[in-house]
Amino acid sequence: MEVLYDRYSSLLYSVALRVLGDTGAAEDVLQEVFMQLWRNPGLFDSSRGNLAPWLAVIARNRAIDSLRKRYPETDIDDVIVSVEPDMAGDAERSRAMEKVREALGTMPLPQRSALEMAYFEGLTHTEIAAKTGEPLGTIKTRIRAGLLALRKAVVA
Amino acid sequence: MSVHEQFAEDLALHALGSLQGNELVALETHLQSCADCRRELELLRGDMALLAMSTTGSAPPRHARPRLLDAVAREPRQIAASVPSRRGRWGFAPWFATAAAAVIIVLLLRQNSELQGSIAALNTLFTDQKLQLQRAEDMVETLTAAESQQVTLVAAKNTPQPQGKTFYLRNKGSLIFLASNMPDLPLQKAYELWLIPTSGAPIPAGVFKPNARGSATVIDPPLPAGVEAKAFAITIEPEAGSTTPTMPIVMLGSGE
Repeated sequence: MEVLYDRYSSLLYSVALRVLGDTGAAEDVLQEVFMQLWRNPGLFDSSRGNLAPWLAVIARNRAIDSLRKRYPETDIDDVIVSVEPDMAGDAERSRAMEKVREALGTMPLPQRSALEMAYFEGLTHTEIAAKTGEPLGTIKTRIRAGLLALRKAVVA
Repeated sequence: MSVHEQFAEDLALHALGSLQGNELVALETHLQSCADCRRELELLRGDMALLAMSTTGSAPPRHARPRLLDAVAREPRQIAASVPSRRGRWGFAPWFATAAAAVIIVLLLRQNSELQGSIAALNTLFTDQKLQLQRAEDMVETLTAAESQQVTLVAAKNTPQPQGKTFYLRNKGSLIFLASNMPDLPLQKAYELWLIPTSGAPIPAGVFKPNARGSATVIDPPLPAGVEAKAFAITIEPEAGSTTPTMPIVMLGSGE
């Protein structure tokens, strides 16, 4: 657990902090995710993806649940995360993150904004449409296009 | 890979956890039968992970590490609900594999124990049913066997209505008694059936009380096998029964 913590705690904490904006709450999410993994290491199926992306998605989902003051809605068992190319090593991960940040930087602002509201604020497409005054279909399209743009940037 | 276009945007929303209501139900139903869309959902979650990982940079507070390790030390690992089944593409720490193997062993042991329990329960049930079947076969034989001795008992004092009939299989000591129109009993009293052998004292053959319609049965009372019955009789006895008949005999019948 110490090895895991030293390697991934910064990632989990950063994700949770970005969503929650509160250090104490982010630390609680960090603790909760690691404890779930400790109690049940079989939750993570290594044949279906790498640990880092999986942990990142679990931490984000738990943070959103915490933000919305709701009981955890996603069964960890159900979460399968596939990232291509493989990001097992620190170097690959670092390169991929550079590409992601670059893609975010060049993304049209409305698209990036819709994506970040959905992802980091946990807003539904309906809530985003109401908040921005944009049509619902436009928001859906922007969210999907934003995610695909990240994938394309990493593969390139 | 070909994702169904009508679900393309909903897949992204589902990955984010924001799809609800009928749209969610429709997509979940579709996912059960569409491997391509399931794969796309995994990839979209991967895209989400990229977004999450782009936030790296903040270190947790120093006390978070000892807090976690302390919690880990205080809490033993429990049984896993699911187990990794295939070799990973990444070389994860060996303790993970060890833990998974331990979990598999515990699960198999538990499953084995449960199966043993189920087998024992089924054996008990089988034995019970076998005994019940044997008992039923014995009763049918007592009723239908050619050598079954049938005796009709009538009221001793010219009262035709009360009637009792015994079916007695001497070699097995098996007896079935059916009565009808039996008069009501005094308080704290019961009828007792007696087997009157060709020699020796009457043998108690069951205590009974008729129901509201005057009917009663005695099935397979404890009797010694091989006793030849000269007659059957009924007396009124205390509710617990007697070892010798109390006079008078209220019903009596001899072999037909």
